Amino acid sequence: MMPFTTLTSLTMPLIRDNVDTDAIIPSREMKSTGKTGLADGLFAPWRYLDAAARTPDPDFVLNDPTYSGAQILISGENFGCGSSREHAVWALAEYGFRCVIAESFAPIFRNNCVRNGLLPIGLARAVPDELKSAIITIDLAAQSIQFGEQLLSFEIDEEAKNMLLEGMDAIDLTLKQKDAIQNWQSNDRSNRPWVYL
Amino acid sequence: MPSLFDKIWDAHCIADLGGGTALIAIDRIFLHERTGAAALKSLAEASRAVVDPSRVFAVMDHIVDTRPGRGDGTLMKGGEAFITETRAACHAAGITLFDVNDPNQGITHVISPELGIVLPGLTLIAPDSHTCTQGAFGALAWGIGSSEAEHAMATGTLRVAKPKTMRVTFSGALKKGVTAKDMILRLLADYGAGGGAGHIVEFTGDAVTALDMEARMTLCNMATEFAAFSGIIAPDEKTYAYLKGRRYAPDPLPDWSSLATDPDAVFDHEIAIDASSIKPMVSWGTSPGESVPLSARVPQEANAKALVYMGLESGQSLEGLRIDVAFIGSCTNSRLSDLRRAADLVKGQHVAPGVLALVVPGSSAVKRAAEAEGLDQIFTGAGFQWRESGCSLCFYAGGESFPAGSRVISSTNRNFEGRQGPGIRTHIASPEVVAASALAGRITAP
Repeated sequence: MMPFTTLTSLTMPLIRDNVDTDAIIPSREMKSTGKTGLADGLFAPWRYLDAAARTPDPDFVLNDPTYSGAQILISGENFGCGSSREHAVWALAEYGFRCVIAESFAPIFRNNCVRNGLLPIGLARAVPDELKSAIITIDLAAQSIQFGEQLLSFEIDEEAKNMLLEGMDAIDLTLKQKDAIQNWQSNDRSNRPWVYL
Repeated sequence: MPSLFDKIWDAHCIADLGGGTALIAIDRIFLHERTGAAALKSLAEASRAVVDPSRVFAVMDHIVDTRPGRGDGTLMKGGEAFITETRAACHAAGITLFDVNDPNQGITHVISPELGIVLPGLTLIAPDSHTCTQGAFGALAWGIGSSEAEHAMATGTLRVAKPKTMRVTFSGALKKGVTAKDMILRLLADYGAGGGAGHIVEFTGDAVTALDMEARMTLCNMATEFAAFSGIIAPDEKTYAYLKGRRYAPDPLPDWSSLATDPDAVFDHEIAIDASSIKPMVSWGTSPGESVPLSARVPQEANAKALVYMGLESGQSLEGLRIDVAFIGSCTNSRLSDLRRAADLVKGQHVAPGVLALVVPGSSAVKRAAEAEGLDQIFTGAGFQWRESGCSLCFYAGGESFPAGSRVISSTNRNFEGRQGPGIRTHIASPEVVAASALAGRITAP
């Protein structure tokens, strides 16, 4: 997983609440059992006037050349709600996004971001207008967003921060505690034998 | 002091990882064909093994065809590969699979309880947001993504940020004709789709205790629509009676009586709702929080994008709105009791002309039980299609959908834009409202 340290990029505003994972990538755009080939289906319901013909809707922000190359998406409350499909994160990442700044996130989506090197910044308040279409710099270690002369700090839990900063694989990290897991399980087998099939 | 959640959390905490995160032991894992193959293939590519395949289960529910006489083929382009690859990956990993025509096949959150796979006090995860349904059994059950499913299979654990706690108390008794679906839609309408953000929500109170297990599942099912980490209900005699004798349930059942919130437990948030004030609900917008009592009108301050998509105006009455499709199914409302209540309403009557009506039982076992009672005959006699079990048209996977622009009354859980197909306008409600509306051809109270 690519580490996330700092990022300077233009932001792309998609200001609405409850952007669900069916909108981010509809089930019908998940055409293979793999994790790739999804960028083309990103926001398909809004991005295309005709999804089958891939006719772009010029009014949708993803098709606005002003925002070409933007790696930071800005949105509202409860971003990523709905289906747990990790394809939503894979599609955003494959398209080129490295960070989503939103008022809040749905919990499964947020975890999926962290597992894939996509930084979810939850501001816990309305996104300031100055962030919505600007070149900003995010410093994860410092937990700061710099735009113009202003500096905004954000909260992120230690676990997510470290995983993103180091680009760590969670499974490798957990397997370092193999002994603790095995000890716990052998105790548990005697305490709750009925759990083990 | 501890809540039910705290007790399960503490009992499964292997290590404190700092910063509010813990390494949590996972007792049960459930996969389905939509994401199962991806997770298992990715695990195999990394040369990692499933540590305990005996506690991992899989089922074909998401894109499997629900038309009679089905096989591996689906109307979805490339859909068959999800089924065949999941089957091959499950066999290679030694995972118990409930295959397309297995008598135990069905929607994950319907068959896991039917088979006694979910049990009180367990941790259970699945790469499916509606895993919270199974919290109805007093288990800590929550939805995850594919990467975390891989993590759980490879390590028997998950790294979990401890959620905040919320208690939602429904006191008093529900009025006749009001269901668990109306309880959860009321909560969503009052507090919004983000109202439970990141919390583990314990549902309690007389009105919750009075629900049977199937209704409790309906209530917990939509905790994810509340942005919650999950929902949970303390187990009681009804829970034990339901589980006794199920295929994977221990015999005798262990003593689970300590699995309850202590009287002096403190929650981060408390919500109280008077159950007697709840009315039959229906959604008007494109988020489950955009719901109102059936007798109410579209709110004045309604979200404009949702109004345009739904073809509605503020102040418009929902009752009487013409529908094209009536759908009964999904992990929310497709169990035997749901089908019985709907069948009672349609018995001897007929679906309104021009309305496409379908019933998709939640599991093959539900389908057989319904057929043994003659419910299939009641539904088909009334003009409903009677399907094989699966998630079916709760969402549109690229195969089967409804005619473009259809207005659908649906016993499902999500009214998102395009959820049931491009341009499809979904109104979610209880199976009773769906059945009554199918007969009238308009959104109607039962």
